[in-house]
Amino acid sequence: MSKFKKKKSGDMPAVNTASLPDIVFMLLFFFMVATVMRQNTLMIDNNLPFADQVEKLDKKDLVMYIYAGKPSDNFKQYGTEAKIQLNDKFADVNEIAAFIAAERASKREELIPFLTTALKVDSDANMGLIGDIKQELRKVNALKINYTTKKGTVLGRD
Amino acid sequence: MAKRAAPEVNAGSMADIAFLLLIFFLVTTTIETDSGINRKLPPMEESDEEVVIKQRNIFTVLLNGKDQLLVEDELMELENLREAAVKFLDNGGDGSCDYCKGEGDKSSSDNPDKAIISLKNERETTYKTYIAVQNELVAAYNELRNIRAQELYGKPFAEMQANYKDVNWPGNKEKLKAKIDQIKVDYPQKLSEVQ
Repeated sequence: MSKFKKKKSGDMPAVNTASLPDIVFMLLFFFMVATVMRQNTLMIDNNLPFADQVEKLDKKDLVMYIYAGKPSDNFKQYGTEAKIQLNDKFADVNEIAAFIAAERASKREELIPFLTTALKVDSDANMGLIGDIKQELRKVNALKINYTTKKGTVLGRD
Repeated sequence: MAKRAAPEVNAGSMADIAFLLLIFFLVTTTIETDSGINRKLPPMEESDEEVVIKQRNIFTVLLNGKDQLLVEDELMELENLREAAVKFLDNGGDGSCDYCKGEGDKSSSDNPDKAIISLKNERETTYKTYIAVQNELVAAYNELRNIRAQELYGKPFAEMQANYKDVNWPGNKEKLKAKIDQIKVDYPQKLSEVQ
C-alpha cells in the first residue's frame, strides 16, 4: 500500500541558488578587466573636470602623475587649501623637480624624451597652484603635459 | 541493481567565495581616467630677439579670479567662445589664405598661420573654468581642421588621426601622415599662455 507515497503538499521547495556564483563571477570578471590596481592612495579630493576635446593617453609606463586638490576628509589636519600629492604623500612645489628626476632615473634613457606629465587636478583647485606646477616643470624641462579630464560636456552645455 | 543518482555537491559557499573576491577587487582597483588635453609648455630659455606681432593677429582671452571671460576686451559667455575663436582664426584678412571661409576683415587676423590665441588667467581662476576654456579653444582648432580635412580628403581630421594611431588600419600610413601634416600646416595650433 505504501508503494505510492503521497506527495507532501504545502512544503515549499528550496530555491535553487546554483546560478548565483555564476552571476557573481561574471561581475568579478568585469571588474578585473575594466579596472586597474590603485597606484597611489589618494589623500586629496580628486574630482576631475570635464572636457570633450580629449586625447587618449597611451603608453602608461611613460606617464608621470602629479595629483593636486584639497586634502580629503581623513586628512583635514593638513588644512583646506589645495595641495600637491606626489607618490602617496603631500609635497611642496619645490619637490616636483626631485620627483621628475627620480621618475626619469627609473626609466630607460631613450624613453626620457617621451615622458608625459599628467596633471590630475581637482576641479575646484585654483590656477595659482597649477601655474606654480607648470613653472616648476618648465624649469626641469618636462614640457609635455596632459590635463587629465573626464570625458563629458563642459559646464552645462549639452 | 537500481541506478543511484550521484549525490549533489553543495555549491552554496561558492557564491560567498566569489563575493569575497569581487569585493576585494572593488576595493583595490580603480577605473582609471586616461584621457585629457595634451599641451606643450614653452621652454624656459627665452629667445632674446624681439618678435613683433601685430595686435590684430592676437586673440586675447582673459580669465579673471571670478571666472569671468574677457575676450578681445569684451565680456563673453563661454558658449560663444568657440564660435568667436573660429571666426578669428578663419578670418584671412590679407587674402593669402585661399581656403579660409572667414569674412576677410582687415582689422582681424591676417591668416591662420599668423593668428595667435593668447590665454591669460589669474591665480584665483578655478581649474574647472580654465579647462573649459582650453577645451573650447582646442575645439575651435579641431573644428577648422575637420572642415579642411573634409574638403581636401573627404574625411574628418579626427578620423584620420584615429586611423593613424590604429595598428590594424590597412591603408598607407606614410601618405596619411603627410595628409595630417598638411592640415596641421594649414591650421597650426598657436595657443600661447601668458604667465
